[in-house]
Amino acid sequence: MTRTEITLSVNGCQHTLALDPRVTLLDALREVIGLTGAKKGCDRGECGTCTVLVDGRRVYACLTLAVMHDGATVTTVEGLADGTDLHPLQQAFISRDALQCGFCTPGQILSAIGLLAEGRATSEQEIREFMSGNLCRCGAYPNIVAAIRDVAGAQ
Amino acid sequence: MTVARPRTLAEALGALEATPDAHLLAGGTDFMVEVNFGHRRPTDIVALRRVVELQGHEHADGHVTLGAMLTYAEIEADLAEDFPALAAAGRTVGSPQIRNAGTIGGNVGTASPAGDTLPLLVALDAEVDLAGPEGTRTVALDEFITGPKRTDRRPGEIITRVRVPRVTGPQQFLKIGTRNAMVISIACLALVLDLDARRVRCGLGSVGPRPLRPRAAEDFLSGEIDWDGPRAAPGAVRRFAELVAEACTPITDQRGTAEYRRHAAGVLARRAVERSLQS
Ligand SMILES: Cc1cc2nc3c(=O)[nH]c(=O)nc-3n(C[C@H](O)[C@H](O)[C@H](O)COP(=O)(O)OP(=O)(O)OC[C@H]3O[C@@H](n4cnc5c(N)ncnc54)[C@H](O)[C@@H]3O)c2cc1C
Ligand code: FES
Ligand code: FES
Repeated sequence: MTRTEITLSVNGCQHTLALDPRVTLLDALREVIGLTGAKKGCDRGECGTCTVLVDGRRVYACLTLAVMHDGATVTTVEGLADGTDLHPLQQAFISRDALQCGFCTPGQILSAIGLLAEGRATSEQEIREFMSGNLCRCGAYPNIVAAIRDVAGAQ
Repeated sequence: MTVARPRTLAEALGALEATPDAHLLAGGTDFMVEVNFGHRRPTDIVALRRVVELQGHEHADGHVTLGAMLTYAEIEADLAEDFPALAAAGRTVGSPQIRNAGTIGGNVGTASPAGDTLPLLVALDAEVDLAGPEGTRTVALDEFITGPKRTDRRPGEIITRVRVPRVTGPQQFLKIGTRNAMVISIACLALVLDLDARRVRCGLGSVGPRPLRPRAAEDFLSGEIDWDGPRAAPGAVRRFAELVAEACTPITDQRGTAEYRRHAAGVLARRAVERSLQS
């Protein structure tokens, strides 16, 4: 099998990887690099739990090939805290009890970071619309919205 | 499997020539679902993401050309003034993550009857620019899409740009689905009141094997509208809605029945005209 060599900067660390070109970014993160924060819920772009930031934009890691992102900067939930200081959204999710099982949480938080960067968190309605790509089977939506509002309001 | 990552159109065409069975990959939001679930096992892929000629949009004489790699997020951010109904359609596609990746070239390339950008594009008589081993050609989108998920793309060809005429007048995009987000259209409709040509332009999605133009309905309402308003009598609007419903050739599937789709198209038609006359 021919492998393609790429470099990815993940959470500030440079990784040089020789990948089977059919590996998705999600599988590269989870199976090759060993970062299991981004989850595989559906593998078809419908649940959002694999959401990561690629060069600052939120994308579904399951719907993109890793080799497409040679040289890119990727952020996963593991890269958000600064030592023991949690990212404000991580803290807000805890304070607002915005999760039950937690399976959707990494994707929710990364998606919310993308949302805030897009300036799309000005009202509850807008947050709900622009978080529509992240499902929560436990139904923690009201608290997820509250957590995002807390951080949006503080900015 | 190999993945070619060309940076120019010439390189992309060269890669296609070297691996004639290669599959083109844009944002991957249609294609990767098929790959992940084993419906497609491509041996070679030509990835278009970095091809410079396919990026961005350009204003030209009387129209705007949209690069095939233009994403929905870019359409929403940059084209809301030129094509409000295209931006509105883009905003309903999938979710923000889908819209950061999915492209207009991919929507045309997939040619799904439910492709949400297609009704407005056919209503505006958009054309598709293609580049291939025999040079370039331009085809009307209405002719390029030949059936459900079928196009007139020839081997080795790449969709480079979509040319969309600029038209003055109100535009609407309306879509029916089971919820407001992350939903494939059960029926959708784009309407443009072309004030300069005094013509009603309409496109329908998910109610036939490919995007439809209800021409008889367009002709009828174009003759009924008082273009100095623009105003129209309620009876004319109702008749327009009936003619739109009659133009549909829907199927029954898990998302809706043929009867429901036909009815919905009529309701959307009436609503779109009423909103255009108000605005
Ligand atoms: C969860 C989810 C929700 C979705 N919701 C919607 C929705 O609401 N409305 C909607 O319309 N669509 C929806 N889609 C479908 C998809 O997002 C769109 O059709 C999108 O525009 C595809 O673009 P892409 O760049 O991702 O294409 P890709 O998946 O990369 O390619 C799609 C097809 O087009 C071909 N192609 C791509 N670019 C070119 C080119 N330049 N020249 C020739 N052929 C080309 C490819 O070979 C492939 O066959 C959804 C998909 C998912 C997974
Ligand atoms: S695993 Fe990627 S969206 Fe569900
Ligand atoms: S907390 Fe369980 S899926 Fe969201």
